[in-house]
Amino acid sequence: MSVQETGEVLTGVDRSKMTVSDTDVAIDIVGMHKWYGDFHVLRDINLRVMRGERIVIAGPSGSGKSTLIRCVNRLEEHQKGQIIVNDVELTSDLKRVDEVRREVGMVFQHFNLFPHLSILENCTLAPIWVRGTPKAEAEATAMHFLERVKIPEQALKFPGQLSGGQQQRVAIARSLCMNPKIMLFDEPTSALDPEMIKEVLDVMVGLAEEGMTMICVTHEMGFARQVANRVIFMDQGQVIEQNEPEEFFSNPQHERTKLFLSQILH
Amino acid sequence: MVVQSFNYVRTEMEAEAPAPGTSVGFVGWMRKNLFSTPGNSLLTVLGVLLLVWAVPPLYNFLIGKAVFIAENGETCRVEGAGACWAFIWARINFFIYGFYPMEEQWRVNICFVLGIILIVPLLWLDLPGKVLNAILFFVIYPIVAFILLNGGIFGLQSVPTENWGGLTVTLIIGITGIVVSLPIGIVLALGRQSNLPVIKTLSIMFIELWRAVPLITVLFMASVMLPLFVPTGMTVDKLLRALVGVSLFSAAYLAEVVRGGLQALPRGQYEAASAMGLNYWKSMLLIILPQALKHVIPGIVNSFIALFKDTSLVSIVGIFDLLQTVQSSSSDLKWAGPHQAITGYIFAAMVFWIFCFSMSRYSIFTERRLDTGHKR
Repeated sequence: MSVQETGEVLTGVDRSKMTVSDTDVAIDIVGMHKWYGDFHVLRDINLRVMRGERIVIAGPSGSGKSTLIRCVNRLEEHQKGQIIVNDVELTSDLKRVDEVRREVGMVFQHFNLFPHLSILENCTLAPIWVRGTPKAEAEATAMHFLERVKIPEQALKFPGQLSGGQQQRVAIARSLCMNPKIMLFDEPTSALDPEMIKEVLDVMVGLAEEGMTMICVTHEMGFARQVANRVIFMDQGQVIEQNEPEEFFSNPQHERTKLFLSQILH
Repeated sequence: MVVQSFNYVRTEMEAEAPAPGTSVGFVGWMRKNLFSTPGNSLLTVLGVLLLVWAVPPLYNFLIGKAVFIAENGETCRVEGAGACWAFIWARINFFIYGFYPMEEQWRVNICFVLGIILIVPLLWLDLPGKVLNAILFFVIYPIVAFILLNGGIFGLQSVPTENWGGLTVTLIIGITGIVVSLPIGIVLALGRQSNLPVIKTLSIMFIELWRAVPLITVLFMASVMLPLFVPTGMTVDKLLRALVGVSLFSAAYLAEVVRGGLQALPRGQYEAASAMGLNYWKSMLLIILPQALKHVIPGIVNSFIALFKDTSLVSIVGIFDLLQTVQSSSSDLKWAGPHQAITGYIFAAMVFWIFCFSMSRYSIFTERRLDTGHKR
């Protein structure tokens, strides 16, 4: 059974620069619970993410994996426990929430680019209005990152004129323009045509190689195996199992994990 | 048994060919649009017959047999005469300025010209300097126009609002109503979606109260009941009361139109804005409202057009708007004739139509101009 058969083949992944800090905690989640009304959607989540870690969260739909990463930048509120991001604890204090969000980039399944703004404006909006960066500087940064995701020539187009893969790469560039310390990916390739998945994954690999702290909710098991340093498996709002990717795929412990892997890795 | 092979490899690409002659050009257009089915052909024939039946008498009344030049109603009373345009021409001054003193009408004219000079570049989306232009039009212009029209300072003769009238008043109420009601409507729409219960409740109460009351009632209450609440000796100008009434009334309608636009936006837009660290007002102003308002341009302009036409209701509280000047002139004995009133109403209708149709065309133009192709 080969993992590569199910996911994209990512060639030349260089893990040498992907170093994990021993002391610097990026995200610390302690005893966290969340309910939607009466529905207990996240139960006793404990997760410490060190600076430089690349974590892949896998699990069946409805397992709470998206909700978990959306709690990290407080798109969702938690009701119990602690979430500390870059040494700032998330509470209902809006100032702290904005402080966290400035340092945490997020990439969505459906890109969520702003359709009324050009690609360049999409990338410069937050630096200009949140950080107060001068326009010329923000544009230079934006062009730098658009070149990184290999679409500088699209800068003056509107999102509606781009393919899905291009839009998702713009979304990544847009997040990077804020110079985030942490990147969250919420199923970034799930809405893409098969031919476009690789171009997005390549960009994500590049980020990992530069030492970015990343949490990715994804079904791309090839990516998980080659890039992640830790795979977390969730079901019914709980962390069922977590391990290094090699161990996770070759030697899953929990029955639920075995069942899940047997269904997605043929 | 026949063995069928599914193997197929294209050896050369099919060249691009022109469309068949019957589907393009004039004949193609006629086939497609006028005679595509027997039913459509029948409708086309009926439509042509209707035009043949209706157009000549209309033409005769409005132009062919109409009286364009006359000293008084004599010529218009002749048997078979059409519309009495000479009557309109004779009273045009009254229709435009109402009872505004003749020798002071240059002040109104300056207001018209200034307004046009400021509003045209504002609506011309590609011109630069929008901020300065907006400040001039929305802040400076109302002050200048009020001083000019009202007078009383800088040696200008005072002209109380009772003497304002005609198209001038219709435009004042219409434009003020449009300019004031949109921002109030937007704030109310945002208020109705607010997470803060107090703001939400107040917004809902305001919207539902004003929407549930006829405009005529609002105007009557403004002119009859308001004086009961203000201290004795203090009077609120009649025109001002009408302006406030019309603006708030229209704001309640616009609030619901804008709310429709806010609801049409996918949640992802709100989330993406939040995730970048934009606070509430920045995400509303930069991300949400530009898109929401663009979606509801037809609805907004619909409300503006309704507002502009509803200005004619202010005549019931004694304000001499365009329609009221036409109405009161139609009993002018000097021009008495069979078509005196109808000509006046046609004229008023044409003036309203020109303004409303312009708004409609401008709205379509704006929609196209702002379309960034995100519709799939």
